[in-house]
Amino acid sequence: MEFFERFAVPHPSPAIYASMVAIGLTVIAILAGLTYFKKWGYLWREWLTTVDHKRIGIMYLISALLMLFRGGADAIMMRAQLAVPENQLLDAQHYNEIFTTHGVVMIIFMAMPFIMGLMNFVVPLQIGARDVAFPRLNALSFWLFFMGAMLFNISFVVGGSPDAGWTSYFPLAGTEFSESVGSNYFMIAIQIAGLGTLMTGINFITTILKMRAPGMTLMKMPMFTWSALITNAIIVFAFPVLTVLLAMGTMDRLFATNFFTTDNGGMDMLWANLFWVWGHPEVYILVLPAFGVYSEVISTFARRNLYGYKSMVASMVIISLLSFLVWAHHFFTMGQGALANSIFSITTMAIAVPTGVKIFNWLLTLWKGKIVITTPMLYSILFIPLFTIGGVTGVMLGMSAADYQYHNTMFLVAHFHMVIIPGVVFAMLAGLTYWWPKMFGFMLNEKIGKSAAWTIAISTLVAFMPMFFSGLDGQARRMYTYSESTGFGIWNMISFIGAAGLAIGFALIVYNVYYSVRYSPRNISADPWDARTLEWATHSPVPEYNFANVPQIDSIETFWDSKKKGHIMFKGDYEKIHMPNNSGMPFIMSCIFFAWGFSFVFAMWIPLIITTIGILVCMALRSFEKDHGHYISVEEIEETETKLRGAK
Amino acid sequence: MKIDHSLPLEYSTEENRLKILGFWIFLGAEIMLFATLFASYFVLADRTGSGPAGSEIFELTPVLIETILLLTSSFTIGLGIHAMRIGNKKAMMTFFAVTLLLGLAFLGFEIFEFFHYVHVGAGLQTSAFTAMLLTTLGTHGAHVTFGFFWGLAILLQVKKRGLTPETTNKSFIFSLYWHFLDVVWIFIFSFVYLKGMM
Amino acid sequence: MKFKWTLLSAIFTIAMMLTGCEPLTVLDPKGPQAERQANDIILSAGIMMFIVLVVFGLLAFMLIKYRASKQSKDYEPPHIEGNVIVEAICVGIPVLIVAFLSFVSVQSNYIVEATPKGYEDKEPLVVYASSSNWKWHFSYPEEDIETVNYLYIPTDRPLEFKLYSYGPITSFWIPQLGGQKYAMADMVNTLHLAADVPGEFMGRNANFSGKGFAENTFNVTAMPEDEFDDWVKEVKETAKPLTEEKFNELLEPGHLGQMTFTGTHLEFLPPPEGENGGHNHGSTDSDSHEEHSDSENSEEEHTNHSHH
Repeated sequence: MEFFERFAVPHPSPAIYASMVAIGLTVIAILAGLTYFKKWGYLWREWLTTVDHKRIGIMYLISALLMLFRGGADAIMMRAQLAVPENQLLDAQHYNEIFTTHGVVMIIFMAMPFIMGLMNFVVPLQIGARDVAFPRLNALSFWLFFMGAMLFNISFVVGGSPDAGWTSYFPLAGTEFSESVGSNYFMIAIQIAGLGTLMTGINFITTILKMRAPGMTLMKMPMFTWSALITNAIIVFAFPVLTVLLAMGTMDRLFATNFFTTDNGGMDMLWANLFWVWGHPEVYILVLPAFGVYSEVISTFARRNLYGYKSMVASMVIISLLSFLVWAHHFFTMGQGALANSIFSITTMAIAVPTGVKIFNWLLTLWKGKIVITTPMLYSILFIPLFTIGGVTGVMLGMSAADYQYHNTMFLVAHFHMVIIPGVVFAMLAGLTYWWPKMFGFMLNEKIGKSAAWTIAISTLVAFMPMFFSGLDGQARRMYTYSESTGFGIWNMISFIGAAGLAIGFALIVYNVYYSVRYSPRNISADPWDARTLEWATHSPVPEYNFANVPQIDSIETFWDSKKKGHIMFKGDYEKIHMPNNSGMPFIMSCIFFAWGFSFVFAMWIPLIITTIGILVCMALRSFEKDHGHYISVEEIEETETKLRGAK
Repeated sequence: MKIDHSLPLEYSTEENRLKILGFWIFLGAEIMLFATLFASYFVLADRTGSGPAGSEIFELTPVLIETILLLTSSFTIGLGIHAMRIGNKKAMMTFFAVTLLLGLAFLGFEIFEFFHYVHVGAGLQTSAFTAMLLTTLGTHGAHVTFGFFWGLAILLQVKKRGLTPETTNKSFIFSLYWHFLDVVWIFIFSFVYLKGMM
Repeated sequence: MKFKWTLLSAIFTIAMMLTGCEPLTVLDPKGPQAERQANDIILSAGIMMFIVLVVFGLLAFMLIKYRASKQSKDYEPPHIEGNVIVEAICVGIPVLIVAFLSFVSVQSNYIVEATPKGYEDKEPLVVYASSSNWKWHFSYPEEDIETVNYLYIPTDRPLEFKLYSYGPITSFWIPQLGGQKYAMADMVNTLHLAADVPGEFMGRNANFSGKGFAENTFNVTAMPEDEFDDWVKEVKETAKPLTEEKFNELLEPGHLGQMTFTGTHLEFLPPPEGENGGHNHGSTDSDSHEEHSDSENSEEEHTNHSHH
């Protein structure tokens, strides 16, 4: 029995038992459903073993949406707890776990896979490639992320969730003050997912640098691909810092080292510094692809080319460089002195300049355009004012002396939600709606889509604007309750109403998917939005090999030119196409990684050694394997092309 | 698969070229990894708590031997790649085998060094400084260990399959990795040992 | 145009709040440092409001003027690459704004990190403020007294808080006197404050530090210097001395009400500054081990406490 006690949740509540039952029932239902409908083979062949960037992209998106609801549930519980003073809904421990997992899930397991999903699906199509550079590595990236996410999510029913905030500052997250295995989950699950992200970074840089269609020079790439290139460069330079940091945190917790402890020379601020050396670039890893999406969407629906292409690229490069030079603004109050604060204050505010350039370029793209308000465009239009509010409050926070008053308050919480929700979530929803027909061959309903966009935008304002005021009124973040005399009640009640509105907005999106799957017409063209970039030049849904002929590029908007000026993109006859083989290895190896992580979390050393060997064996097998891929014959291509053309 | 005969075998296919570029980018990530370790080491180098300082535990002899072993192995793998380029499979395999043996000897001395540290009271849990020292050295050592087995796997494949675009590509990438570890060691030697002993 | 109304009403609310009935705590300063910070906040908020309005205006103009429904059917938007002058303006104006704010920011940094303006010629009152889970200990070395969870301070005299922590990182914050600063286990931070007027202020730990974080607050009372001296005298006459044993008891995790002692813990447990700071922590090894086992024992006590 003693062995099993470690898996018990230290602070059980009825909600947790209910989730356990719900998880159990869902798993049984899925397994039974798969067996009953005889879908095991289909699932294995078409999804679990796939190396196709489009399917991997779709799996990323599904995971991201699932995690959005997990993180959203956390958010609703937090806002409900704070809606009235001295609420008894959650106790302190439970509240601490919830805001910790909310942060981690939303950043690492929702926003990251969302951008990964869109990048996976869109980038190879936009550059006219057959797949990414390393398709199997790509599958491994996805499955590592997925297993990391699953490992993190089981924490609240097995052993307990992390409770030291998503930043997990030491010594609070050390064993001295956080005894449950929760923070072990934090260290290990993010480590596993982070390895996957790092591999994606390498994969996509190689893909974009080496696999562009003939004629597509770097300065003729679509803006989303540019944003993906820069983002992945940031990933490659930022994520190793996280790898080291989490390894050191793991050692402090499990091997009793003294990196961040309060004695034997340990230095708690080292954690904070390294965390934000990764953490701040991470913010731009999230937001740059979002900027890429907006550039595509705004240009498409303004029916105009993107204004200031070169300055858009330049501003992203500058942002990516500056993103590594501002980390200390997350702790101006650490006492590093006026000089250091001044330097970081200036670099921080400097980021406003390239960001401002982007905003003005989008506005100028609308200028002299012919603006059509579709759902993706609506998100982009709503993004501009909301993100501007978020952005300018960021400049305010960059004033380091004033930050002594904003730091650790709801003002900060309001700021980063006003940046991340319009900046990232709106972009992902816009991108999802925009590329949906390319993924599935039908459109999402515009009417429901637009009402969801309005609901989400207005609710975002209602939920987060009050926090600016409660922050200035002295409400610290991460407080699980407050007394009535503080006067925070009204602000938090408004916030709660906004949060409920957000829940309705996201429910509308789910309903939209259901409705559109059932009722949307399937006979749409390959280019339903009258778009400008290459991905719209192939069929919807996209055949396995993406393009039957490799497109010939001669301008930034070759596809648009081919529509308007009769430029011929696809020349020559079909040739047989070389494609990579499917493989179960990434999935199996990631499953072993899951077991490895689980053993690590609970300090079970023998299973840990066995799984470590298992991982190495997988790598060795891969090394000795002979896999030359396969060819799609000309006849097959002709057959597919005829079928897809006929479908329209 | 199209093979371009004007290029060295390891660059001859599109896939090979992708892999080499990808590996260079991976090395970029590795540089960041070790840079983070070095930065943390510099921060924690003086934070010895109740444990010993670097100058009290470092010993020049094993470190010098390790350095010579690793530098030599970097040279021999260079010779191996040269042999590979001129198509001399046997010479290439010999140089690779020598490289791996030198790597193994390096590891032997490093393990000895670690035993010495623990023996003089500088274990993983002693202080922030010792933890950081052993983590930095250990990360490099783990890379060498992984490299040893990786190199062994490649050696076996070259032996079985000969010098094909695939095996030469793997060997070349492995040589990049091995040179990189050598460069990291030079930094460790200069900034950890020499600086610590001064 | 629903959203614009929402935004307009939001802006309206901001204006209401800034001028309105009950001022927000941070914007209601009672000391020179907080005043400087409040001024910075108002100044930057004003400039930012201007930027927001410009962006809103431009967006509204573009949307109204260039909607497809407003254009003729065969209108073809032109191909425009970009214009050096326009883009230079888009860079130039933000650069000027950022440069101005940087200037203000740097100036403020040196102001809030120094003895408050107008107080330079007065002897500062030094208070060692240390946190433990989840309390604040205030030691007055000059006066040789110590309080828990409440702070009496004289007006018209600069205050120098020396901050450190027995445990997780905390952040010492009295919004109406000035911004916060971290208290950490291995170093002492200095925070310069001053109170212009007598009054009662809220003080708290602003940095999340675990289960008892929400209640980790303290009361601040500012009073004229003679009243403060009277209070010190009274404490010295009535309060019990603080022993090492008693202080270790206080350090145990949990919440305590307000307490007063004569003597300070600085004598037997020196703060982590000077030779006791940073890397030289080996000597306190055994003490902190003791703390650790204490925290395990008192787990129960705290759970009871948080439901009171």
